[in-house]
Amino acid sequence: MTAITLPARPRPFWRQLVGFNLLTGIIGAIIGWLIGALIGNAIHAPSLDYYSAQAGQNDIAVLLGYLFGVIGFLVGLGFANYPIRRMMGHPPTLAEHESAGEGAGRYFRLCTDHKVVSIQYIIGIGVFFLVGGINAMLIRVELLQPNVHAFGANQYLTLVGVHGAMMMGIMTSGVLGPFANWVVPLMIGTRRMAFPRIESFTFWLLMAAGVVLVTTVFFGGFQTGWTGYQPLADQGTAGYDAYICFFALVGLSMCLLGINLIATIVTMRAPGMTWSRLPIFVWSVLATASLMALAAPMLIAALLMGALDRTAQTAFYVAGNGGSAYLFQNLFWVFGHPEVYIVALPGFGIVLELLPVFSRKPLWGYRLAVAGMLGVALLSFFVWQHHLFVSGINADLRPFYMLSTELISLPTGFVFVCAMGTIWRGRIRFTVPMLFCMGWVFNFLFGGISGVFLSDVPSDVTTHGSFFSMAHFHYTIMGGLVFTLFAAIYYWGPKMTGFSFDERLGKIHFWTLFISFNSTFGPLFALGLLGQPRRVVTYPSNLQPLNDWVSVSAFVIGLSMLVFLYNLIWSQLIRRERSPDNPWNSKSAEWQLPTPVPVYDFERFPVFDRHPYPYGVESAPAPNAVPAGAE
Amino acid sequence: MNEVNHWRRVVLWWLLATVICTPLVVFVLAPGLPPGNGSEQAAGQVVDNTVLLGLSTPVTLAVLVYFTYAMIAFREREPAATVLDGPHIDGNATIQTWWLIVTTTLVLFLAGYGTVRMLADGAGGGQGPNPIAAPAQSKGALQVQVIAQQWKFTYRWPGYGGVETSTLVLPTNRTVEMHVTSLDVIHSFWAYQLGVKADANPGFDNIAYVTTRGPLTFNVRCAELCGVFHGYMFDHGRVVSPAAFSSWIKQAQTRYAGVTKTLPPYAPSYEPDPQRRGG
Repeated sequence: MTAITLPARPRPFWRQLVGFNLLTGIIGAIIGWLIGALIGNAIHAPSLDYYSAQAGQNDIAVLLGYLFGVIGFLVGLGFANYPIRRMMGHPPTLAEHESAGEGAGRYFRLCTDHKVVSIQYIIGIGVFFLVGGINAMLIRVELLQPNVHAFGANQYLTLVGVHGAMMMGIMTSGVLGPFANWVVPLMIGTRRMAFPRIESFTFWLLMAAGVVLVTTVFFGGFQTGWTGYQPLADQGTAGYDAYICFFALVGLSMCLLGINLIATIVTMRAPGMTWSRLPIFVWSVLATASLMALAAPMLIAALLMGALDRTAQTAFYVAGNGGSAYLFQNLFWVFGHPEVYIVALPGFGIVLELLPVFSRKPLWGYRLAVAGMLGVALLSFFVWQHHLFVSGINADLRPFYMLSTELISLPTGFVFVCAMGTIWRGRIRFTVPMLFCMGWVFNFLFGGISGVFLSDVPSDVTTHGSFFSMAHFHYTIMGGLVFTLFAAIYYWGPKMTGFSFDERLGKIHFWTLFISFNSTFGPLFALGLLGQPRRVVTYPSNLQPLNDWVSVSAFVIGLSMLVFLYNLIWSQLIRRERSPDNPWNSKSAEWQLPTPVPVYDFERFPVFDRHPYPYGVESAPAPNAVPAGAE
Repeated sequence: MNEVNHWRRVVLWWLLATVICTPLVVFVLAPGLPPGNGSEQAAGQVVDNTVLLGLSTPVTLAVLVYFTYAMIAFREREPAATVLDGPHIDGNATIQTWWLIVTTTLVLFLAGYGTVRMLADGAGGGQGPNPIAAPAQSKGALQVQVIAQQWKFTYRWPGYGGVETSTLVLPTNRTVEMHVTSLDVIHSFWAYQLGVKADANPGFDNIAYVTTRGPLTFNVRCAELCGVFHGYMFDHGRVVSPAAFSSWIKQAQTRYAGVTKTLPPYAPSYEPDPQRRGG
């Protein structure tokens, strides 16, 4: 199979010098910020702002600065070029930003090649994951001692808030950004996403969001945690404006990413890729993308109202003026609960996609697995008030929310039984990705079982808002998402970059992470039951031994991540050992392509004529071997 | 090599693990579970946790034993260069149906059980201004208003002339109706040993019931992030004999008589000043 090559576009000399790329983007961001702040300071009336005025800050200027800064960043990256060219009468084209014939520079500019965007996503998200992780380490440093403080109470809460927001905001796209963008077009047999410019847009928007969140430290941080509850938020300095802007940008990015993936999966499948031949990972992406597209607008609306409360003197969340503090809680969790399944579902897909490869058996109960994912997606919109079980709102609806929350364990159970059926009587190979999948099984089992306690109202009265619930969602999100994310990196990484990972380092990474993860978050269940509420800067001194144990284990998690970082740099940048085309002997479509995958993926569109997991079938042909490649 | 009956082995291992672990969990671990037996509601939560643990232990063990067995029994013993496939089994309608039946039954039972337990006495949770679940003796319940503000709880007694105290003292063996409200941001009143947790919202009356038992000292903590000193928002309350309680409240009434006069009249909730927006 030969790659389609495009004639390299001749670029004018001045364009090679000034852009459009990340550098012009940053310049645009700075110019935009200055314009926004200028306007904000001009229209701001001193009599009106009673939030940040005491801190000498102007919410309007800060919010407009962020808004114009992000617009300037995107214009600087070149996102305005194509619409302007079209308005001026130029013909529609897609080739303008494809990556053929470009070097490493393509990773620093608008690129519509889905494979380039995926690499951008991995690195970009990785940087912010590192920031969030360092925050977690600092939180555990503070909690080493109940009465000796490494940070002030305000600094501590900002660390907690940035850690939570970073992990729940940026990492929401942790699997879909890098892996769905990369693998879905290849699995369903298309050369690009439905909206390639929007694909790149979602990435750069997410990066802008991450930077905005970090800048909260210049405005005093925010004290609300990642949930940003009103009316506490009203007391916040302009640091809370950074939170608003961050989550609104993340929401926009998520929503567009979801729409893009849905459109791609629904409309761009190759001939023969019927719904019942869709690989299970694509189903999980479809379920997740639907949640993203439907849930994220709720978040954006909630934050917009918060921004108006802070700047335009509205009173959506002000109890005394006809608003309600419950409104924010409700809107936030209408988004927030689908959000946690947005984080969990891609993990289900990765595990069920990888188990057949390493058990050498077809996926057991394909339809049940699909039903499980769609069921989780559907039910996730009907459970949000379990976050408000003791809040006093709609107390008579608690039996319903108890039922709906516990019902979610049924479709989750489908995923488990399909995983169990798949490995039964297989020929299991414990490669690094397989180890991470097994780690997921263990972690998510405990995450799920502890969720049953939280969904039961009498039991929840003890555990609500305590370290128990914190341990629960770390088991499902870190034990679920992060473990499967690493499985995906070790599994698809060699195909994406062309270089294989060091397996020994990978195994060290897995075992240290698995043990230290459980040693960190297991005791947190006990701490919660013993009465430690979340987000406290101090705690009873009799809880210190357990807290110290947890802190030390958390530092081992940090070391384990350094092992991964070392493996990544050593294997991908220094050793650079060529990966074979199909190191795992997978029968999935993406592994039948040459490594690295050519710019336009397929020379001809593949035709699919069978189930995606033909393991144990005599001489099953590779999926796209039928017409493609045969000139 | 004889064909091994893997199914039978997994089931036997699971039975063995369940028979050993479930009684340990139910009879050794569960009785020591928080929040203890400080009140009817707390004891009820312990019972609830015991039932949940008793049911989830066999389920957890089933998955753990299954995966452990499968990983050991079905590992590729001598990974050859040519990768061999396992058998082409892509589903089993009977197993899938049974899985569905068993898990659905379990879930419906849990939801039903939780609902019944919650409706019996409110389970100590906040239920808003119109509670749907109250203990049997709630008619003549002792009323106390819990007022949360940054970063302190105070307690107001409508039955005793609206006096406001800075500690919570309750009589033994009495049903107490707690009206939890806030003056600024959202807090959560968590009386740990009493098994009470109720969010405190500004402008909102959140009612939680508790039926006290014997004398004890309990911890009160704020369980909802409420600003920088959230971590320091805790105090201690006491459950004392009815005689000690009435002498304590009389003392408080006399001592704070001057303060009580300057307080706003008792109300289910107090609107925060909107111009200051809780701060």
